[in-house]
Amino acid sequence: MTSLQRQKIAFALLFLANLLVIVPVGLIVFIIIQKGWPAMTWQFITDIPRQGMRAGGIFPAIVGTIYLVSGAIVFALPVGLLAAIYLSEYAKDNLLTRIIKLAIVNLAGVPSVVYGLFGLVLFVSFCKFGASILSGSLTLGIMILPIIITASREALESVPHVFREVSLSLGASKWQTIRHIVLPNAIPGIITGTILGIGRAAGETAPILFTVAAFYLPRLPSSVFDQVMALPYHLYVISTQVPNVDPKITYGTALVLLILVLFVNLIAIIIRARFRKKKKW
Amino acid sequence: MVKIDIQRLNIWFGAAQALKNITMQVKKNEILCAIGPSNSGKTSFLRMLNRLNDLTLSFRMSGSVLLDGRDITKIDIELIRKKIGMVFAMPSPLPLSVFDNVAYGVRMSGVRNKHSLEEAVETALKQAYLWQEMKDRLHESAFKLSGGQQQRLCIARTLAVQPEVILFDEPCSGLDPISTAKVEEAMLKLKKDYTIILVTNNVKQAARVGDRTAFFLTGELIELDQTEKIFTAPSDRRTDDYIRGRFG
Repeated sequence: MTSLQRQKIAFALLFLANLLVIVPVGLIVFIIIQKGWPAMTWQFITDIPRQGMRAGGIFPAIVGTIYLVSGAIVFALPVGLLAAIYLSEYAKDNLLTRIIKLAIVNLAGVPSVVYGLFGLVLFVSFCKFGASILSGSLTLGIMILPIIITASREALESVPHVFREVSLSLGASKWQTIRHIVLPNAIPGIITGTILGIGRAAGETAPILFTVAAFYLPRLPSSVFDQVMALPYHLYVISTQVPNVDPKITYGTALVLLILVLFVNLIAIIIRARFRKKKKW
Repeated sequence: MVKIDIQRLNIWFGAAQALKNITMQVKKNEILCAIGPSNSGKTSFLRMLNRLNDLTLSFRMSGSVLLDGRDITKIDIELIRKKIGMVFAMPSPLPLSVFDNVAYGVRMSGVRNKHSLEEAVETALKQAYLWQEMKDRLHESAFKLSGGQQQRLCIARTLAVQPEVILFDEPCSGLDPISTAKVEEAMLKLKKDYTIILVTNNVKQAARVGDRTAFFLTGELIELDQTEKIFTAPSDRRTDDYIRGRFG
């Protein structure tokens, strides 16, 4: 075999591996659109579930998911960002720092159902928030913290060192340097982490199972202490717990969840692109 | 008149000693050039003066460094960096507009007034001989300027903070001869109002602009004298060898 042939085989293998990545994604999207599209009516999106969730719409679940994701981000983004700034800019390399970093890595590896139990014990029972939007958002928030911290740290650390030196050499304090030079240039990376977090928070069922999700609640919540329906849990319920649900409603729900996540991601991507354009090095 | 007085200065990075027992004075309104092969400690020397070495965790120093009679390690670190400005080896504009680059240090010291900022920017750009080229481009990204313009922008940015001493760390190493000449011209005019320390790998540059020249070798100050004397009749043989290009 000549080296050229070997190169061609290697190239074909690499290409095949990529194809294997694309095919399932394409199939999932295709099947969900094909089977769910017939359900997509204005009523489906804006109405409450009717006839034991076998008809009507999924509006409360859409609103519930939006509330939960927003709540998770409102909690996790500031905490995660501040933690990332501390770790990348201030923390000295000592035992405490190493423990914190280890904890973050481990937090990322904890199964989501464990987060659910944790939320049940801490927020629902101990803090007496009950099964509520607050408990669910905080649980989801803790789950996406490691994603946001890791992405933000990488973003902060990728800001060229020379910018910091220049800023300091002009008499700026360390905080001024972080505030005016490091942070603005790290925003695209921080947004990337947030996008990943949003996707995760919107899609997980287990963390909201014990902390917020309602089986059937055909009205909108009036405060953060109310329960809500949420898309992933609703999907689980109508596909396993309720007999005789028209598959198009099930796939329609999946499609809405997919579109919702993509839509939120799209907004974040647009914001990121605008910041990237401003980035000039 | 002595501007900076250095006594028995030692610098270490971890176990490695970068500077050994340096004693020297920098005079007010002179251009002092520091020459020497790489690893001779001249950049460590420069970064010690505005305390940028402090960013390196393994950095330690001993001895005393006095600016106008005051110990630089006992002055507020932001103040010392305002008094002792620095121009880096590679042109290093911040990812901001030309105006915001020059205004950066001024803003950070608390000036918010638009008129004062405009005045400071114009003055600094004029001092760096950049105003004519920049007055219509103030709001363009600094990254759109040529390398030479960027380096003069960095000089203007340093001047805007109104330092007393300016450190130049091989400021022309990335520049073409014409840009180099412009930077050198700016330095020669600046010494009227500032004290300048220039680290350079270009021996001829030291000969062109330096009032006095210091020769560093492996962390030691071998010789410090009038530039003319260093280049015509150095007292140490190693200085002569370096200048004539026999090593380094």
